[in-house]
Amino acid sequence: MTSVTITVNGQSRSGDVEGRTLLSTFLRDQLTLTGTHVGCDTSQCGACVVHVDGEAVKACSVLAADVDGAEITTIEGMANADGSLGVIQQAFQDHHGLQCGFCTPGMVMSAAALLKENPKPTEAEVRHYLEGNICRCTGYHNIVKAIMAASGQDVAPPMAAE
Amino acid sequence: MPKDGGIGASSKRREDVRFLTGRGRYTDDINLNNQTYAWFLRSEVAHGTINAIDTSAAEAMDGVVKVFTARDFEGVGGVPCGWQVTDRFGNPMKEPKHPVLAEGKVRHVGDPIAVVVAESEAQARDAAEAIAVDITELPAVMDMKAALADGATKVHDDLDDNLCYDWGFVEENREAVDAAIAEAAHVTTLELTNNRLVANPMEPRVAVGDFNPGTEDYTLYTTSQNPHVIRLLMGAFVLGIPEHKLRVIAPDVGGGFGSKIYHYAEEAFVTFASAQVRRPVKWTSTRSEAFISDAHGRDHVTKIELAMDADHNFTALRCDTYANMGAYLSTFAPSIPTWLHGTLLAGNYRTPLIYTNVKAVFTTTTPVDAYRGAGRPEATFQLERVIDKAARELGVDPAELRRKNFIKPEEFPYQTPVAVVYDTGNYHATLDKGLEMAGVDTFEARCAESAANGKLRGLGIAHFIEACGIAPSNLVGQLGARAGLYESATVRVNATGSISVMTGSHSHGQGHETAFPQVVAEMLGIDEGMVEVVHGDTANTPMGMGTYGSRSIAVGGSAMVRATEKIINKAKKIAAHLLEASEADIELADGQFSVAGTDKSVAWGDVTLAAYVPHNYPLEDIEPGLEETAFYDPSNFTYPSGAYICEVEVDPDTGKVEVLGFTAADDFGNVINPMIVEGQVHGGVAQGIGQALLENCAYDENGQLLSGSYMDYTMPRADDLPMFEVDHSCITPCTHNPLGVKGCGEAGAIGSPPAVVNAVIDALHRGGHTHVTHIDMPLTPSRVWAAINGQ
Repeated sequence: MTSVTITVNGQSRSGDVEGRTLLSTFLRDQLTLTGTHVGCDTSQCGACVVHVDGEAVKACSVLAADVDGAEITTIEGMANADGSLGVIQQAFQDHHGLQCGFCTPGMVMSAAALLKENPKPTEAEVRHYLEGNICRCTGYHNIVKAIMAASGQDVAPPMAAE
Repeated sequence: MPKDGGIGASSKRREDVRFLTGRGRYTDDINLNNQTYAWFLRSEVAHGTINAIDTSAAEAMDGVVKVFTARDFEGVGGVPCGWQVTDRFGNPMKEPKHPVLAEGKVRHVGDPIAVVVAESEAQARDAAEAIAVDITELPAVMDMKAALADGATKVHDDLDDNLCYDWGFVEENREAVDAAIAEAAHVTTLELTNNRLVANPMEPRVAVGDFNPGTEDYTLYTTSQNPHVIRLLMGAFVLGIPEHKLRVIAPDVGGGFGSKIYHYAEEAFVTFASAQVRRPVKWTSTRSEAFISDAHGRDHVTKIELAMDADHNFTALRCDTYANMGAYLSTFAPSIPTWLHGTLLAGNYRTPLIYTNVKAVFTTTTPVDAYRGAGRPEATFQLERVIDKAARELGVDPAELRRKNFIKPEEFPYQTPVAVVYDTGNYHATLDKGLEMAGVDTFEARCAESAANGKLRGLGIAHFIEACGIAPSNLVGQLGARAGLYESATVRVNATGSISVMTGSHSHGQGHETAFPQVVAEMLGIDEGMVEVVHGDTANTPMGMGTYGSRSIAVGGSAMVRATEKIINKAKKIAAHLLEASEADIELADGQFSVAGTDKSVAWGDVTLAAYVPHNYPLEDIEPGLEETAFYDPSNFTYPSGAYICEVEVDPDTGKVEVLGFTAADDFGNVINPMIVEGQVHGGVAQGIGQALLENCAYDENGQLLSGSYMDYTMPRADDLPMFEVDHSCITPCTHNPLGVKGCGEAGAIGSPPAVVNAVIDALHRGGHTHVTHIDMPLTPSRVWAAINGQ
């Protein structure tokens, strides 16, 4: 067992891990931060994306022991200080960018990383960036719209009945 | 003006807030005190005889609590099948036992052999690797037609052969259809495969069993679309636990698409094992396990023949299908290629004579069951492909050939020759709408642009019908269903006027928590925020059948309407008493009860308070309280329909297909929440495009799954898909349910595959590759390139 201390969403957290323990497992099982989801075992689906020292990382592809001392942000740390939804989260709700919600944490974390490096992405750039995040529910249409809206670009609102 | 609440409003989803902040509660998020972990040792071979299982080394390892094999399940039932199909000779289907853990033989890669229960998942996994299993491998049974040949290796030794059933429908039409085809002016024939798929909800399956030694009650937390069905199947047929001692909870569930309908061995295992080890037992599927243990979908091999007269009127249709059941019968597997497929073969058309023969076959593969659409995509694919091929052979416009044979708007209700009666529809309207939206009149100009870039552009049309809200119970019982197909709702009005709606329906992404309150709020004239939906727990919801087959709003919503109507009736009696008026004069509008023609009124909250604080109350006439339950058993299916139009560009040098545009013009009847409906169509279309171009569940000849991970099975990703154009303004309300709704969950996955394939064939023909009449899905670059190059 190795002792690991990380800063998660601004709080210092510690735990003892096996060498093989993944960051996703450490977050979920030991720190009970269950917002980070695990949808595959080949680092393909992206449901577990978190930010490690500001970079979007698939938490299932990192060993917990390797991030000792790191600053980590998870979906639980994405709301505004007053508890209201952050800009990206609010855009996902406004544009129906989620259905079952399982891929959503990874989508939001990837979207945040994208907008940090490319504040006004084109639709094609959004789609390309999301290559590592799989959603089975939405067909990505409303996820792309939500991210475009979160970047401050005009998108049509969801259709409303007349 | 857009509505800001109630029926027809795009109310934002209230469930989103917890999902967006990491506060959802999925089954894998549940950890119980003193919990143990299960790890399944699964067969690595497709077919074999188990000679011996040595668990002694595993049992000695750190943290191991107990190792289970089939020996521990003596006296325990097999995993049951929920639908018995009767073959065309009047005999019941073959129904081999499906043990919880393999007994004597393994029949597919992934068949569970043993389970380690340990203190941690890692310890359970390590110990499972130490179990020694001696298996004599037997030949895999993979090809369905070969599996039915004389002398073929048998999947189940106690059966005569690998045939589950040989079904004919409508059997009385068999000879008439043959004769009509023999006499036809033109017959178009197509042989095709509906590719095997894996549903792949993003949340893998999880089950946690919790036996309470004090009360001898069991609780199962599971990733299910229908917790009551699991309670019934597992309790009554596998473990013999009466319902009042068994609680099944399906909390937040991360997608299903059919694959979480079924009762799975792992659910029975953790429930059973928790009583054995006297501790909670948790199992979490890996994605790799999901690929070999979640029920697969589709996998039909079909020959379809469409007969026409000299005027191109469809005169007869004959379909011969081989349907893969896999190694065992999953819960609803037998019904998919039969009643959910054969009854849809009229499509949107006036074809007077239809016959389909279905041979269901056991193979050494993972069981196959419903996947989004379930039988209806298979029917739609073959029909819309053969019509397109016919149009090409006849040299007519595929839209015109469809229009000519459509059931006309004035012909509804329409009795098809395949048992079902369509209540409403207007296929001309949806097709016209779709073609307009897709910009068909400017398509030729876009073709020229593509040609200038060395690409081939094509346009594909498909028009679909589906049968949703499967019903009524007495009919489906005659067809072999071993369950009813009603839905239930309890509307509990609280003293201060807020409402809890307990539904037997289940949301795993569909947005019930938002859409269902819109209906109740509209009926009562109160704010949606006063209504909350409770679902997913057998302990606090009435017996219900869950969510699949696009049934939630059509059947579950109707039950909720009926219960709310009872609430209104009783509340009016209370209001009449409070207003000292006749009940007949009481009107309910905007949350106020008033006496017609007067300014006397009493608010919703005053009435609900009176029901629970009945000081001034007609106690001699009615009971206190305001809570009503209704069970709704629909009198017919609902029949959504729509026109799906796909525009593609094919690179003739590589065979790569790009979807440039996709239009869906649907008739879903009345719509409760347009935003949610559109999202359902987007997702369904993405899965349909996935089936058509990307996804394939592939086995090798030895029964090894070649596409067993996201490295191999091509899930549609954001850059594989375009933005979609969707519309649901063509509305012919359902005539037999109180909301006039038809359901929208599966439409996208049903209508889109033939539209995509038709578009690719169109592109190839426009590029001069007229020898290509069909390419089997998925239309990968290599398959398209090979077709272009005659290979």
